[in-house]
Amino acid sequence: MPILSFAWLALLFSVPLWMADLYVLHVLIVTGIFIIAAMSLNLLLGYTGQLSLGHVAFFGIGAYVSSLVSLGCQVHLLPHWQVSLAAQPVWVGMLSGVAAAGLSGFLIGKIAFKVRGAYFVIVTVSFAEVVHLVALNWVELTQGPMALNNIRPLTLSIPFLVDISFARKPASYYLVLTVALVAYVLIRRLVRSRAGRAMVALRENEPLAASVGVDVTRYLVLATVLSAAIAGAAGVLYAHYVRIVDPDIFLFIYTVIMVIMVISGGKGTLAGPIVGGLIFGLLPEVLRAFAIKPEVQWVIYGVLMVLIVYFLPEGIVPAARSAWLALARPAAWRNAPRLMR
Amino acid sequence: MEQLLQHGVNALVLGGTYALLGIGLTLIFGIMRVVNFTHGELYSFGAYMMFLWVMQAGVNFFLALPLAVLLGLLLGAGIELLLLRRLRGADIDTTMLVMIGAWIALQNFEQLCWSGVAKSIATPFPAAPLVLGPVAVSWNRLFVFIVAIALIAATQALVKGTRLGKAMRATFQDRDTAALMGVDIALIHTATFALGSALAAAAGALLGPVFVVYPTMGDLASLKAFAIVILGGLGSIPGAAAGGFILAFIEELGAGYISSGYRDAMGFLLIIVILLVRPTGLVAQRERIS
Amino acid sequence: MTGAPAELAVDGLTVRFGGLTALDAVAFEVRAGEVLSLIGPNGAGKTSAFNAITGYIVPAAGEIRYRGTRLNGLKPSAVAALGLVRTFQKTSVFAGQTVHDNVLIGAHLRSRQRPLAILSGLPSVAREERELRQCARDILDFVGLSARSAEIAAALPYGELRLLEVAIALAARPRLLLLDEPVSGMNPVETRSFMGLLARIREQSVAVLLVEHDMNMVMGVSDRIVCLNHGRIIASGAPAEIQSNPDVIRAYLGERFMRRR
Repeated sequence: MPILSFAWLALLFSVPLWMADLYVLHVLIVTGIFIIAAMSLNLLLGYTGQLSLGHVAFFGIGAYVSSLVSLGCQVHLLPHWQVSLAAQPVWVGMLSGVAAAGLSGFLIGKIAFKVRGAYFVIVTVSFAEVVHLVALNWVELTQGPMALNNIRPLTLSIPFLVDISFARKPASYYLVLTVALVAYVLIRRLVRSRAGRAMVALRENEPLAASVGVDVTRYLVLATVLSAAIAGAAGVLYAHYVRIVDPDIFLFIYTVIMVIMVISGGKGTLAGPIVGGLIFGLLPEVLRAFAIKPEVQWVIYGVLMVLIVYFLPEGIVPAARSAWLALARPAAWRNAPRLMR
Repeated sequence: MEQLLQHGVNALVLGGTYALLGIGLTLIFGIMRVVNFTHGELYSFGAYMMFLWVMQAGVNFFLALPLAVLLGLLLGAGIELLLLRRLRGADIDTTMLVMIGAWIALQNFEQLCWSGVAKSIATPFPAAPLVLGPVAVSWNRLFVFIVAIALIAATQALVKGTRLGKAMRATFQDRDTAALMGVDIALIHTATFALGSALAAAAGALLGPVFVVYPTMGDLASLKAFAIVILGGLGSIPGAAAGGFILAFIEELGAGYISSGYRDAMGFLLIIVILLVRPTGLVAQRERIS
Repeated sequence: MTGAPAELAVDGLTVRFGGLTALDAVAFEVRAGEVLSLIGPNGAGKTSAFNAITGYIVPAAGEIRYRGTRLNGLKPSAVAALGLVRTFQKTSVFAGQTVHDNVLIGAHLRSRQRPLAILSGLPSVAREERELRQCARDILDFVGLSARSAEIAAALPYGELRLLEVAIALAARPRLLLLDEPVSGMNPVETRSFMGLLARIREQSVAVLLVEHDMNMVMGVSDRIVCLNHGRIIASGAPAEIQSNPDVIRAYLGERFMRRR
């Protein structure tokens, strides 16, 4: 198995070397950013089993905070009290964005986990909408619909050694790939640990988990904070790559895209959001090649989602695994009632 | 003071339609426990049907309205039969995702048919508003208020007075026992979803001519409907009605005296505050400890 | 799996659900190393007592102390951390996980891995993981489920599911184990086997508070018995006393049986 992983990694790292078409690189970069966000949502939705539908809020908070910190800003918190922040280096902005997203994850976690089920869904959606409306209306801070422009890209310069501006697509590709790998490793470590097991336990049987000492609130909030921070990192990457951020980043439809990626790929699996992300990230491009109108594209998405939920309720990765097992080791497949890993 | 009265009147009108939205969802959410993301789409469907029949087909306004509601009823029944029936027994995320898929498909279908440009619907009412002392209310809005109240009363009568309504209430309280008593749960689900959808369509059909019609108008409606359901308590028609009016008042007063930009945020902030303050009554635990 | 002796003191415990009083000023204690059984007809309040002791419901009144520490108002996970672990009346496992992983989740309290250490991938984390897995294997051996280790819990037959429940509880390193009708639905062979398991658990210095209807089992394993009816204690003492206590007989079998005697 490690050989296969190495091969994949080598392939992924080699792409900018042979892919001449910058547009394809752009698509891969944006898809990669969405995959990072999907992986983060998978932690909350897939492993911990919490139907958080406000995830785009963390993505957007990361993007906005990072942009504002790196651009500098000034606001009147009260009519006579102006607060201003000078422009900081981009990497400071990026860390701030991730921290801000994580912090908001903490806050919303503390609030939202007082309830469960459908009410939890509603609280998370409401939270995202409130953030959306704030971004739209607090024009002094966020420029509202006029957007934050001229966001500086990340640069890395060590005198005499390195001088990279991550504005160029190949460099951005490597940056996104690296962050995605880091996120993957972190999530993998968490999921295979006691904390990850606690989260799964909460999903499967919350009272039982509590009876063996799993502190419910603590682990729900932990999952939310990490999930939010990683989503914030994706938002940060987005802001400094696309270099324009407007309130549309908070649209509910982006949460829906992330949810589709996670569920169709296979929630609660490590590879699921990656597979789902690749499919639904690249699908628009494929459809565009056939000159299909965006509305039709969305209808196809909607239909596709319904079909996957009906026919592959566990997602693509578990279904593929099951099929592989059926072909390669029929005896084992017959004996296994249901695979969960 | 006059401004306050005017806000009050506006809130009453808005509240009536919000109440319809809320009642529809509290029935669906309460009886079927489905997080119904298509509720807002039925709202915009109702509005688009008015546009279709009144503006494009030239049908009389007062005929188009019940027609739009009827079509909403049928669409709701269709969604339940086609999509939800298969999912009985599935967990909540599966159902939710199917609803999201339906929502996406419906909204973009509307966009395909009528494009994203906002449409307005001509009404047969006089343009000059009715002036009652210090407040003015347009005939259109007055009509909306009256019809909304009538529909709320009719729904309450249906649920309290008819056999169907009794079966719905039984299913809400305890589905399994109701089934054991001979209630056809599948039929109740279809009827509930159809009824709830019809109410949403009615709200859209009523408000469409008051404002404008555009494809994404249903999104906020969905979310506000959820706010109303939480505010009024699950499954309670009077609660949802009250919730609808309360939300409308908060929005109107908030928009008038605090900030109009954050008008729509009022509902969401309200949800968050309520659930912060009173989570115990509204907890939906997945497992019960016997 | 060793633990120090347990001491649970329940005093004046009152539990109400709306207008219904499930427990009315109930008082009893579990002494170090003993097996105390709570018996009584259905609805007597036994599971309510469990829920109150382990923090799943908040009692209306009363003091619950474990080795001096007040349990009132603690979250269930905090109660478990003190050494009181319960099972549930309705079969309760992590259905989608393997038997081995079920027990591994139960061993949650045995490890101290902090999130930061986990994310950093420190070698201590890997080492603890190995220890935990060994512990899970040991516990499966102890209850006799090793053969089923790799199977998904949902596929287990009923009797083995109940064993798994006990295994999960044991993994949490209890000093006082609260078992809620552990052998209900088991046939006599399985029950006999379970009584053996209970004896082995006692040898590990774990005290047991048992709720059970199967009188053979109760009489066979208990040091003392407390009988509840309608939320009140109607008798308590050694098994022999309880067996011949007229109030107990009346509660279980009714007045007419009493008169016939």
